[in-house]
Amino acid sequence: MIKLSAFIAGLLFGLGLLLAGMANPSKVLAFLDLTGAWDPSLALVMVGAIGIAIGPLTWARRQSSSLLGKPMQLPIKRELDPRLIGGSLLFGIGWGIAGICPGPAVAILLTGRWQIILFMLAMLAGMLLFTALETRRNH
Amino acid sequence: MNVDWLNFTPWSSLAGGALIGLAASLFVVANGRIAGISGLIGSLLQRGSEGVSEKALFLLGLLIAPILWGLFATLPQIEFKTGWFGLIVAGVLVGIGTRYGSGCTSGHGVCGISRLSPRSMVATACFMFSGFATVFVLRHLLGGWT
Repeated sequence: MIKLSAFIAGLLFGLGLLLAGMANPSKVLAFLDLTGAWDPSLALVMVGAIGIAIGPLTWARRQSSSLLGKPMQLPIKRELDPRLIGGSLLFGIGWGIAGICPGPAVAILLTGRWQIILFMLAMLAGMLLFTALETRRNH
Repeated sequence: MNVDWLNFTPWSSLAGGALIGLAASLFVVANGRIAGISGLIGSLLQRGSEGVSEKALFLLGLLIAPILWGLFATLPQIEFKTGWFGLIVAGVLVGIGTRYGSGCTSGHGVCGISRLSPRSMVATACFMFSGFATVFVLRHLLGGWT
């Protein structure tokens, strides 16, 4: 059940991204282009997603385990540190260059377009670089 | 501000967003986990992570979504605007930035804001701001894509 629900959640997430237009880099860039021909559609993706998720996530905050008996693993960190802010700013620059964030990158990978394969390899390299730097820092 | 009404898709974006919210809700309610894509990928790249099969299956579902879609309808338009160099720079920045920032559009933007996390609200404000600023600089100050 645990595995099936994980798989279905991922599948629904991907179908949602495709339907929403988030999987189309040119639409994402049109949303980020405030001073150009601005396409506000993706603001509604956030409205729809948060509107549905806010109830279940509020419930989850008060639970110690999930409905299927798994531990509730919500982030516990509170502080607004430079890593959070600097990392998010860097992510936004990358997002603004290509119009692709990690979810859509996975959801359109199997279209096999060279652009998404190249982006995915670069993104994985960036994540591995982070892991390598963190490992060095902790030694 | 100049709204591009021709390409404005309020209903499909709202419905797609609701589906994303439903998926994130299912993952937290059933599995007790945050549907943050950068976190899921990042933890699979690290040795000794827990819950590998659940994380991998979520990502597998995400990966095959376009295949399932393609069985019933034609895939929506997917158009890239960025050349090879820009894609590499963007990919590295997205990879390293989401790991340092502990999340991306899904983990912070959808799940984090939904659980009213101040950290996620700040993170979302940061990447939205730098996303807007980057497009402004590249499109309107430099006049084109890399």
